Amino acid sequence: MNIYVLVKRTFDTEEKIVIANGKIQDDGAEFIINPYDEYAIEEAIQVRDAKGGKVTVVTIGGEDAEKQLRTALAMGADEAVLINTEDDLDELDQYSTAYILAEYLKDKEADLILAGNVAIDGGTGQVGPRVADLLGINYVTTITKLEIDGTNVKIVRDIEGDSEIIETSLPLLVTAQQGLNEPRYPSLPGIMKAKKKPLEELELDDLDIDEDDVEVKIETVEIFLPAQKSAGRILQGELSDQVKELVNLLHSEAKVV
Amino acid sequence: MAKKVLVLGEVRDGALRNVSYEAIAAAKKIADGGEIVGALIGDGISQLANSLIAYGADRVVTVEHPHLKSYTSDGFSQALLAVLDQENPQAIVFGHTSLGKDLSPKIASRLQSGLISDVTEIEGSGDSALFIRPIYSGKAFEKVKIKDGVVFVTIRPNNIAPLEKDESRSGDVSSITVDIQNLRTIIKEVVRKASTGVDLSEAKVVVAGGRGVKSEEGFEPLRELANLLGGAVGASRGACDAEYCDYSLQIGQTGKVVTPDLYIAAGISGAIQHLAGMSNSKVIVAINKDPEANIFKVADYGIVGDLFEVIPMLIQEFKALKVNS
Repeated sequence: MNIYVLVKRTFDTEEKIVIANGKIQDDGAEFIINPYDEYAIEEAIQVRDAKGGKVTVVTIGGEDAEKQLRTALAMGADEAVLINTEDDLDELDQYSTAYILAEYLKDKEADLILAGNVAIDGGTGQVGPRVADLLGINYVTTITKLEIDGTNVKIVRDIEGDSEIIETSLPLLVTAQQGLNEPRYPSLPGIMKAKKKPLEELELDDLDIDEDDVEVKIETVEIFLPAQKSAGRILQGELSDQVKELVNLLHSEAKVV
Repeated sequence: MAKKVLVLGEVRDGALRNVSYEAIAAAKKIADGGEIVGALIGDGISQLANSLIAYGADRVVTVEHPHLKSYTSDGFSQALLAVLDQENPQAIVFGHTSLGKDLSPKIASRLQSGLISDVTEIEGSGDSALFIRPIYSGKAFEKVKIKDGVVFVTIRPNNIAPLEKDESRSGDVSSITVDIQNLRTIIKEVVRKASTGVDLSEAKVVVAGGRGVKSEEGFEPLRELANLLGGAVGASRGACDAEYCDYSLQIGQTGKVVTPDLYIAAGISGAIQHLAGMSNSKVIVAINKDPEANIFKVADYGIVGDLFEVIPMLIQEFKALKVNS
């Protein structure tokens, strides 16, 4: 099985967002593998261990993303690829990201491609399906179970709390939803081994991509923080009176019930 | 310049979803006087066309086929691309639902267009429309626009108010015949798990439990309260990790982001990741034994107390309110 995992380096979920000069500040921020991509990596490793083959993790970004790729290798991925766009591109959107990934993947004959269902920073969930469409392969999003038998694939998909039981076949791109598995932590021997595993670095030239091909379709006009909520009201008195007051406030003041 | 806008009407359990009406309202802003065309895709769904018109669509195009009974990206993209080919709209609006999230990137890929996902607000109208959407799960927002080409957006349920329903409106309903083929995905079965039947992302009221709920059974009173208020039950990561409930209920930076009218957080401490998923709710009520709990910082109303005492009392009071009003 030739397996690829699309990963993204993102802010740690613990991080507060600070904006200065219209940009999100990342000085000193902790970065992680997008949590949904961790499920994708874990699933890829499990499939490889059961069926044989190779897991390659791929990301687009700058030098900094090497750290997250090493973490994926330490978890058990076999190879990593960094498509470094730092020198070539000022900005990326879902269109350009998917284009670059698909150009990289088009001659790789992947049997299975996994990705997170959404990145917790941009939060669009577009890249996986876009890549599948560009490659002309089928995709299933937000999966919580994956069973592969030959080229037949049985999937459980989360659709807003309900589960859909799906049958499809390889080649296929799937995006991981929470509940798919329990991602492992890299072990110490895993971390040692990861240092020697291949990490290939590519630039747009290596993929024969012209900068004009990946011009973004979306322009960001402004980034801002949500309005700070003023501190609310902690109700006082006997519990039963508090409850009465709360219902009254929700009905008469807030008018939400 | 006025724009022709196509809105995908989404059908669930034989009825149009609320978000489709909200999508029409969004389309009106983008259209700036242009025509709103509703698209309905499915099997036996054409009778719903009039609802789209009553909420502001000028006319409706339907595609019906037995293979469109359940959503698949292959089937629905073939149908929708046929509609787009005929209508050639300058803008497209979907709901940012399970279906919308799955289908919109494929359509955008075919159109080689940008796609603005998960829009919560539209500023301005027509060519100068700007789209506001949460990033970092609502820790920040961005205001964006499509540089050129088709304006394709998905809107988050529950954020853009639908237009007033007007049954007297009328409009043309036409159909396109599409030979739906080569479906690579077969839906064998749908297992209903959402307990109240109200979808978490569209719910007007969410009652969410955290570690303080203590057990699977502990969610029972929360469920009762949610049912009573016509809402849905959610949970914090802590409650999901402790296996008190299914991960599909999780609200937060990993998990769902919700913006109901009323969010009741019971036994939730309020980790930053959880707040990212719910702090943009219109009214937040926090119930927690710990007066120092972080959740009180975002709550409009707080009760310091045991949720197992407070929730049953709340149920009684809401019942009394219902009887009296």
